[in-house]
Amino acid sequence: MTQMNQAMIEKYRSSFLKEVETNVEEGHWVKMCMQCGVCSGSCPLGPHWEHPPQEIFMMIRANKRDEVLKSSSMWFCTSCYNCIARCPRGLPITHIMHGLASYSKKLGLAPKSQPTESFGQIFWNSIASNGRVNELKIGLALQFKDGFGQGVKNAMAQKDLGMAMMKTKRMNPMEFFGGHTCKDKSGIARMLKKAQEVEDQHIANYGAGK
Amino acid sequence: MSEVIATNQTILVVGGGISGLTAALEAAECGKQVILLEKSPTVGGRVAQLYKYFPKLCFPTCGLEIQYRRLKANKNIRLLTLAEVTQVTGSEGDYDVTVALSPRYVTENCTACGDCEKAVAAEFDDEHNYGLKQRKGAYLPSMMAYPQRYVIDPRIIGTADAEAAKGACKAGAVDLDMQAQSLNLKVGAIIWATGWTPYDAAKIQPYGYDRFANVITNVEFERMLDPFGPTGGKIVRPSDGQAPSNIAFIQCAGSRDRNHLLHCSRICCMATLKQTNYVRENLGDAAKSTVYYIDIRAIDRIDDFHRKVKADANVSFTKSKVANIAENKANGNLVLHGVDTEGYNRYANEHDLVVLAVGMESTVPAGVFPEGFKINEHNFIELDPANGAIYGAGCSSDALDVNRAAQNATASALRAIQVINRVAGQEG
Ligand SMILES: Cc1cc2nc3c(=O)[nH]c(=O)nc-3n(C[C@H](O)[C@H](O)[C@H](O)COP(=O)(O)OP(=O)(O)OC[C@H]3O[C@@H](n4cnc5c(N)ncnc54)[C@H](O)[C@@H]3O)c2cc1C
Ligand code: SF4
Ligand code: SF4
Repeated sequence: MTQMNQAMIEKYRSSFLKEVETNVEEGHWVKMCMQCGVCSGSCPLGPHWEHPPQEIFMMIRANKRDEVLKSSSMWFCTSCYNCIARCPRGLPITHIMHGLASYSKKLGLAPKSQPTESFGQIFWNSIASNGRVNELKIGLALQFKDGFGQGVKNAMAQKDLGMAMMKTKRMNPMEFFGGHTCKDKSGIARMLKKAQEVEDQHIANYGAGK
Repeated sequence: MSEVIATNQTILVVGGGISGLTAALEAAECGKQVILLEKSPTVGGRVAQLYKYFPKLCFPTCGLEIQYRRLKANKNIRLLTLAEVTQVTGSEGDYDVTVALSPRYVTENCTACGDCEKAVAAEFDDEHNYGLKQRKGAYLPSMMAYPQRYVIDPRIIGTADAEAAKGACKAGAVDLDMQAQSLNLKVGAIIWATGWTPYDAAKIQPYGYDRFANVITNVEFERMLDPFGPTGGKIVRPSDGQAPSNIAFIQCAGSRDRNHLLHCSRICCMATLKQTNYVRENLGDAAKSTVYYIDIRAIDRIDDFHRKVKADANVSFTKSKVANIAENKANGNLVLHGVDTEGYNRYANEHDLVVLAVGMESTVPAGVFPEGFKINEHNFIELDPANGAIYGAGCSSDALDVNRAAQNATASALRAIQVINRVAGQEG
């Protein structure tokens, strides 16, 4: 269990709702949900979620901390915004789902090898090191994320798509060797370092109970 | 038209629905002078368009007839139909009101024999039946119209139809030269009771009211039950005229919703419960009703009605706001998609008729009242010192059922009476 997770459990012992309200992006909206079900029914990926948004909001209020934070549900959100457009109470549901996902990752509770979560990490690694997204490397990293054998199988299955993309110049094989970067790589690195400091301070404040 | 006399001891009531009628009668029966303005050719308002009304399920004639009799008997009320207020200025005890009067083209001599109607060919959407039926260009707005006097639709003026109507009238009541008029009234207090209009169901895009024939509204459903209505009193599917066997009612269609009306319309839960009763009465065990709801708002004594409906084996309840509707092209049925709140089960239920329980949208107009006049975020007129002696009544003050609208109207009459008493006291 991460240190931050332990600190949060201590701090919000009996109220997960409070914890969400203070620490999750747009979390203060959760209590406004009237449990009508429109968001869950409007979600194109709804049938694949273990807990649709409406249920997640109820679980938060029912103090089901572990079940929510370890759930893969919010990682299924594709940002289609159907739910936000239709919610009669105006909850920014999409943003809350992303807020919950990133909070659970911060606490080290996100489900391992959840594809959206893995993709997010790979994307981040690419952009953080070069200031640019290397699509070829991201694609390969994703295909090989479950080991070399599975990776070869995945790559073979997708080879026609890959060839077509190269033919239409949507993917450049030379990107494999280094790849393009932004002009001021060290500037990007400094900016991210600063952001990390702000974030660390934020987390330290949680731990200190501030 | 004989002259309309108004002074700053006159109470003006705007809107002749159940609320306006009640307020006007209460004030007039206390001896005050009242002018009652109604925009349409008849008083009665939306209540006259209901088949029956809860909680006692009596026909609207029952409540309205008594009011009409009181109205006829009272010398203190002057009723003007086809009258609309365009401007109010002034303050408590001293208002100037501008009224636009539209011509009816039929005088007091009308005996309501209907000869003009027979002589006219042109037809238009019948407002009383929400356009589900056509009516002639010379018409009586409804069986229960008051005054019982015909109207000539302005759209036939200047055509051969208008001359035919005039020629057919043995009482000589058709006057094609009638003109629009403007009136200026001086009054001491104003009761605003212009009621409501059904929320436009086509704006609720996922429910497809504008695309699917068998998605209708609750106000249309009321009209279907009327023996003189568009379907002769039968519940049918608009697509094929067949009796439905599996009806869905969707609550809060356009109410309690940031994208539509923010307020709870308060009556649509009860209206639906009432309408499941119509289904049982009309189709017996051949039809089932399912009510999709967020929560049923049947408050205090009307909860008994709710319990009775719950005991009906043909009515079931699903706690869920339907997310969207798709049409089954093969049979015109509707597939309702959503997730329920009792177990979070995903459903795709097929029904052969869907009734949207649309809410009541206030018709309080903009740009008519004196400066600084307060209308709340739901377009209702609340009690507010800033509003002087202009009082909202019935559905101009809140979403109310008939019972509460009448109570509310009586209260506004009492307020207006006190203003007039103060004015009279000052004038000695
Ligand atoms: C589907 C449905 C079913 C219902 N069933 C029931 C029921 O069973 N029992 C019950 O108690 N309630 C029921 N209600 C509620 C009921 O209809 C209202 O309580 C009632 O109509 C309120 O009366 P009102 O006089 O305030 O408004 P209205 O009935 O709307 O009357 C307003 C009047 O003002 C006139 N007017 C409008 N604008 C102007 C203007 N600018 N100038 C002059 N006149 C104007 C209108 O023509 C109308 O005559 C139902 C509502 C719905 C939607
Ligand atoms: S649509 Fe809005 S109010 Fe309805 S359940 Fe979802 S979040 Fe709650
Ligand atoms: S009365 Fe019922 S259906 Fe109407 S808005 Fe309120 S809760 Fe919804």
